[in-house]
Amino acid sequence: MDAASTRTFALQDAIFARSTQFFAMLVLVTLLAILGSLVYGAWPTITQVGPKFLVDGTWDPVRRLFGGLAPLWGTIITATIAMVIAVPVSFGIAIFLTEMCPPVLKRPLGTAVELLAAIPSIIYGMWGLFIFAPLFGEYVQPALTATVGKLPVVGTLFQGPPIGIGVLSAGIILSVMVIPFTASVMRDVFETTPAILKESAYGLGATTWEVMWNVVLPYTKTGVVGGVMLGLGRALGETMAVTFVIGNAYNISPKLFEPGNSIASSLANEFNEASDPLHLSALISLGLVLFILTFCVLAASRWMLASLAKREGKRT
Amino acid sequence: MAFQVSLGDTAVAERAATKLKINNLNFFYGTFQGLRNISLEIPEKQVTAFIGPSGCGKSTLLRVLNRMYSLYPGQRAEGEVLFNGQNVLDSKYDLNALRGQVGMVFQKPTPFPMSIYDNIAFGVKLYEKLSRSDMDERVEWALKKASLWTEAKDKLNQSGLSLSGGQQQRLCIARGIAVKPEVLLLDEPTSALDPISTARIEELVSELRTDYTIVMVTHNMQQAARVSQHTAYMYLGELVEFTPTAQIFVKPKDKRTEDYITGRFG
Repeated sequence: MDAASTRTFALQDAIFARSTQFFAMLVLVTLLAILGSLVYGAWPTITQVGPKFLVDGTWDPVRRLFGGLAPLWGTIITATIAMVIAVPVSFGIAIFLTEMCPPVLKRPLGTAVELLAAIPSIIYGMWGLFIFAPLFGEYVQPALTATVGKLPVVGTLFQGPPIGIGVLSAGIILSVMVIPFTASVMRDVFETTPAILKESAYGLGATTWEVMWNVVLPYTKTGVVGGVMLGLGRALGETMAVTFVIGNAYNISPKLFEPGNSIASSLANEFNEASDPLHLSALISLGLVLFILTFCVLAASRWMLASLAKREGKRT
Repeated sequence: MAFQVSLGDTAVAERAATKLKINNLNFFYGTFQGLRNISLEIPEKQVTAFIGPSGCGKSTLLRVLNRMYSLYPGQRAEGEVLFNGQNVLDSKYDLNALRGQVGMVFQKPTPFPMSIYDNIAFGVKLYEKLSRSDMDERVEWALKKASLWTEAKDKLNQSGLSLSGGQQQRLCIARGIAVKPEVLLLDEPTSALDPISTARIEELVSELRTDYTIVMVTHNMQQAARVSQHTAYMYLGELVEFTPTAQIFVKPKDKRTEDYITGRFG
């Protein structure tokens, strides 16, 4: 090989390295640009309302009072309900698909779970409003109020007008939307567990549950947390389906049957009627809050993985 | 090839009682027959080696002994495997109890993703409720038995994955011993290890023989010669020859065995 062609290769390599670096940096630049424009748009609220924005529950565009606590509360509560339902159900689905499912059913069921993820969220919203909510209000909510609603403390959660729409309904619809994501990620990572590792645990006499809980789950924890975070990301940011069933009221209540609002649904509802610059700025602030919330969730999951690794023992 | 087999071993080999008695065992992967009409008596507190070329069914046979195959739909065994007089292939035989009595170690070290201590305690907890101090004692006992205690005693809280390959394999053996089984199945336990680690495992197997019945699959004929008292040569799903190790390597009865051990084939 002569010197000239060596130089050409070196040049090609350099171009390749630079261009991949460029694309990688583009991600960072986009992220910062979005953050920057959110802060810029939110600036009037940040200066005029200040940190009170996060703790004030009054949202009244007519009196120009903008407190973001109600939608923040709604976002956190609906996402929590969604994850409380979705994580165990997805775990169950993934265990069944990887460990117990007869081979004939494996592909059809797996595909069905993935197809569930492909349904557009507007369909979930319509289904939630026209089919789910009436049935939920007619049969399930009265039954819940009459039973668990009577318990001290926890009972408060299951009270409110049984009209079908509300915070709990939104959380349930969200869980249905989150399950396919979480379940298919969990299934994929469970399948990466070496058969020999599972056999070692079965070989000691462990049951399927003990193998999954004590061996497969710790082995795949990074992927599982990733799947849960993917689901949580969707639950926090989901707009259309939530807007249909949450009730759209700026309301902070422990009663989950009452209507509420989430950040995403407030934005969807009010952006085109926000003529007042402060109103618009308050909405952008809500967007900024959602952005930061998602960031905190991601950071929390990193921290959780790190502390899990510590408990499991050092590797060096 | 210089196999060092002492005649003393033949004498040991002939004195043993039977621990596992396999009668007319046939095994199927779906429609493919993996084992054909195997009958074999595995002697108590001795090392029995299964040798043969790849695909001959030696690992399959091992996996029948603790019914590991039952994890996979489509695999089934016909015939009898009598363990202390009871047929373990009978679906009424408690699978978890069987696996408590018949432990298994695999080709590659498979420490669980937890601390060294918990790796051992995991299996014990499946069968016994021990106090913290009893569990500490059990963990120490198992690690000593697997000659890993001196290396691991100062890092019991570290991940099992922090050990070297050979140490990991000894951890897996300790984990198997900790539940106090009667039989240990070793499926090519040294195939992923370097020669020094292999030597330590072989030494360990020879020591464990005083307390446990050991059945070992190996690709390595010298290993079978070094550590086992009985050797079974298998070929294409059939048991060709099963004799004391001292005999099989010196004077094989079957022509096929002779071809294999002299390296003319396989």
